[in-house]
Amino acid sequence: MATTTTAPISVSSAAPAPQRRTIAQQQRLWGWVFISPWIFGFLAFTLFPMIASLIFSFTDFTIGDPISFIGTTNWERLFTDPSTSQALFITFRFAVVSLPIALGLPLIMASLLNSKVLWGKPILRVLFYIPYMVPAISGIFIWQNFLNGQTGWLNRLFRLIGIADPPNWLFDPRSLTFALVLIGVWGVGNAMLTMLASMQGVPTELYEAAEVDGANALVKWWRITLPMISPVLLYNLVLTIIGLMQYFIVPYVLSNTTRSNPETNFFNLNLYRTAFQFGEMGFASAQAWFIFLIALVLTLVIFATSNRWVYYSGGN
Amino acid sequence: MATARQTLPQTPAYNTSPYYAVQLRRFAVGSMVTLFTCLFVFVYLLPLGNMVMVALSSQEQLSQTADQSIIPNTAITFTYEGAEYDVYKMPTENGIEEWALINATRRSSEFINTANPEAGLIEWEGSWRTLEPVTKVEFAWDNFGTAWDAINFPRLFGNTLAIAIIGMVGTLLSSICVAYAFARFPLPGKNILFVILIGTIILPTQVTLIPTYAFFAAIGWTGTWLPLVVPHFFANAYNVFLLRQYFLTLPRDLDEAAMIDGAGPLKILLRVIIPQSLPAIIAVSVFHFVFAWNDYFGPLIYLLGKPELQPISVGVQIFNFQYGPRPELVQATSMMALILPVIIFFLAQRFFMRGVVVTGVEK
Repeated sequence: MATTTTAPISVSSAAPAPQRRTIAQQQRLWGWVFISPWIFGFLAFTLFPMIASLIFSFTDFTIGDPISFIGTTNWERLFTDPSTSQALFITFRFAVVSLPIALGLPLIMASLLNSKVLWGKPILRVLFYIPYMVPAISGIFIWQNFLNGQTGWLNRLFRLIGIADPPNWLFDPRSLTFALVLIGVWGVGNAMLTMLASMQGVPTELYEAAEVDGANALVKWWRITLPMISPVLLYNLVLTIIGLMQYFIVPYVLSNTTRSNPETNFFNLNLYRTAFQFGEMGFASAQAWFIFLIALVLTLVIFATSNRWVYYSGGN
Repeated sequence: MATARQTLPQTPAYNTSPYYAVQLRRFAVGSMVTLFTCLFVFVYLLPLGNMVMVALSSQEQLSQTADQSIIPNTAITFTYEGAEYDVYKMPTENGIEEWALINATRRSSEFINTANPEAGLIEWEGSWRTLEPVTKVEFAWDNFGTAWDAINFPRLFGNTLAIAIIGMVGTLLSSICVAYAFARFPLPGKNILFVILIGTIILPTQVTLIPTYAFFAAIGWTGTWLPLVVPHFFANAYNVFLLRQYFLTLPRDLDEAAMIDGAGPLKILLRVIIPQSLPAIIAVSVFHFVFAWNDYFGPLIYLLGKPELQPISVGVQIFNFQYGPRPELVQATSMMALILPVIIFFLAQRFFMRGVVVTGVEK
């Protein structure tokens, strides 16, 4: 013990320059050791598969069959295949309808939970977060039950307030999108949590200064809270859009459990069918890259315009 | 402040505080906000109430007409001369009595007064269909047992737990190391690597799905848990980000003190960094646990046709395919499946919120 504590000091006083360099080199070596799991994981599970799927998209790859290159056939098929364009339309329509709710609802919830005057915050916080912990599959079954045309509580409530003929949510193609939006409101727990966490990080001096100037609660929320949490709003906006492009579980379970509704043909479900039911891995890879490029363009557009509305207090 | 306290006991019924109006206003605003939030939560959690009520209903109760009460109830029957008869609410001069319907015809029917069966059959003029049946609340608790046995819940539960815990260990081991590297070590190009790391958060999984699946199929891992747990041993961007942000808030003085005492990087990680970062580590553990508990797509494609290895999320579907529509069993299983994650969140939430709050500040 004594030798190890004295050794660096005595050595550094004797020959400081070369020894310090080896410590820095050692530190760097340790750094590479610690970071290596991610480097390996990134190469094996992200970069390599991405390149592979790009290559697959130019082949007729089917599991078990020999692969041959077929040029841009898969990519041309994307634009002629009616199922793909229908899936893209359904996915975008749903994204446009549910994006405001997927961001607005957690913002309202986080603002309520962040309110200074609210009582019983710990229990309310858990209650707001419970739906997010419900296993997705259970959540879908719970909503199927809740949205049941005859016995579901939602339609009972509608009949109670005098709407005699409420829609049969999950079976009627016209109301399905709204039903899916309703199911989606249970998935906002994480967005709420990150927004709440960043609201709690807003310096209280800002609010105190605003109070001195006579600002009311709404003005403080609009002028201080929103700008201060705008980086987290940007983060959630991007993640929500990516999530909507990947929307899968709900339409998959619905298409299995209710009678087939063409309105559940979301892009990712269509991709799953192409790959795992029809085994056309090559065409499915082209579909995957297509939706990836769309998501990438959307993300870049958002980032490019974000400096107009996102405020970084640190200045970066 | 001291004088105000002294004067208070003398005039207990009168609030002398100069801020009385402010206090009153704050109380009013507080109760309004709380009331609104409670209403909001009530509506938000309404489907859960629906789930509980269906999970506690028997098959017969569910097949009754739609305009039944939302609480599961069963018609009461009355045994008369060895046979069972339905009981109805009958308005009489003694108030409402419970009469059992013995012989039903359209215009008039014969009843027995359940309170006084010795009086024999009573002829009643009128349509018995206009009468309201007497019901009692009856919960079908045995749905849970039926569902438990039918899907072999202990096996599904054990599978889910094993997949979640192995993956959790993997992601903790690897993410802590990687976050430590990003937070403390001078690496060339570290900033670029960090941007790439964050970039993988917004990468849609489809684009890597097919080669990854083909790769796992080629090395014979499909039909095992390996594709579901092994990738977690190679760190995950979200967890690394969360932990790195937390590690950056820890003062470097302690690291340096330990280094002067001769501790190597591994020892500093184990003795200095990890003990100080428990909130963030618990947050990452809970996030992974909830993720694994809910993960559906992975088990669906990798454990296809292997029911003995499937977790709850995939196994639960059997009710919709094999047993025909049995909503009460589906809802009972849903209830059983969400109990453990909710308990874990309750237990962990104190640490967990601290971990998320601190990491949230940094971004």
